Amino acid sequence: MEVADARLAGATFEDLALPLFDQLYNFAHWLTRDTAEAEDLVQETYTKALKGFSSFRAGTNFRAWIFRILRNSFLTSRTGLRTKVTLDEDDAHAIASPEPTPEEVLIETSKREQVQEALTELSVPFREILLLCEVEEMSYEEIAQVLAIAPGTVMSRLHRARKALRAALTPKRKGGARGV
Amino acid sequence: MACESWRNKLGAYADGELSSAEANAVAAHLRECAACASDALARVQMKRTVAAAGKRYEPSAEFRKKIRRSVTTTRHSGSSWLWWLVVAPAALVLILAISMTLYVSRERSQRQSVYGELADLHVATLASGNPVDVVSTDRHTVKPWFEGKIPFTFNLPELQNTDFTLVGGRVAYMEQTPGAQLIYRIRKHEISVFIFQDRAGETATLPSGPVQAFSFNVESWKKNGLRYFVIGDVGGDDIKTLSKLLRDVA
Repeated sequence: MEVADARLAGATFEDLALPLFDQLYNFAHWLTRDTAEAEDLVQETYTKALKGFSSFRAGTNFRAWIFRILRNSFLTSRTGLRTKVTLDEDDAHAIASPEPTPEEVLIETSKREQVQEALTELSVPFREILLLCEVEEMSYEEIAQVLAIAPGTVMSRLHRARKALRAALTPKRKGGARGV
Repeated sequence: MACESWRNKLGAYADGELSSAEANAVAAHLRECAACASDALARVQMKRTVAAAGKRYEPSAEFRKKIRRSVTTTRHSGSSWLWWLVVAPAALVLILAISMTLYVSRERSQRQSVYGELADLHVATLASGNPVDVVSTDRHTVKPWFEGKIPFTFNLPELQNTDFTLVGGRVAYMEQTPGAQLIYRIRKHEISVFIFQDRAGETATLPSGPVQAFSFNVESWKKNGLRYFVIGDVGGDDIKTLSKLLRDVA
């Protein structure tokens, strides 16, 4: 983000926000799991960000700032409130799962669809942190800004999220093995 | 058990979040420990797979357009009226200046083309072996000669007590229109007098006073539906005098 930060000084909202459109949309779609809702969410994000742009401090991380707006908008949306309820069960399930070696499965089979399916099933906190880390390639510090948590929490939550993802991928392999 | 503590760092290692000292230590361990190396590799592969799988949804073209529009229009809307306040008068001045220039240059080029044609006629006549078709110093001979040759008639001045002499006349054409060309002489200089029917579109913008065109002196005026041109290489005063004589009788 050094490049982006350096550009911030004289940049307009349009210069900063439009290049992030595809990423914001992808993230929104992952969160809402629905096209129309994702569009609404992105629209709302741009509107809020534009209104609040004067409060955005130049030189700080714009990407983290606008992603945080999107995430907060999602959490207060109807879908966001609903998905929040199922969060604890998912976490309990994920952590309770034993740790196999699902990586082998990934290499052998159609990894992408499986991972997409697994990601969709993950709880929002795990899904979002994985997307921010792997897809957006954000640093722990940026992720901490987006999620409004301590950087130390980022590391532990990422660890749990990866565990949960592996767990979500594992049963399929087990089922396949049993069938043979 | 030693590997357990290394493995706790592999996630941050794969994410590039370790300090360089820590990362070097992990790398050193990975070279020695096959199990940890395999774990690290699996994590990197998992990261790649999730990265690829996560880039899944693309916005529609319409939605992209919509957002782009909302962002670009709102950027200007706040100050748009102010912007117009500054720009509109400047634009108006610019438009006026351009149209003025166009008008003036069009008028000038029209004038130049008329004078240019007359200058050509004048020079061509003087260069000719038979500059005039009716050779006579008598205006009462010259004027009737034009009857039936041009679609109008005109009066010629009495030249007694002046330095001017009439040489003769011929039919001249300007822009496919026939007219009279009369050659006068003063102190071995020839002057052409052209008389055409005045056509508003072409000659309306011509000035009435004497002007210089292609180093000739020219005077033009309109009277009784006829357009007169007096052109020659003599001084402006002679042109003026001859013009006045013609004006007085016409």
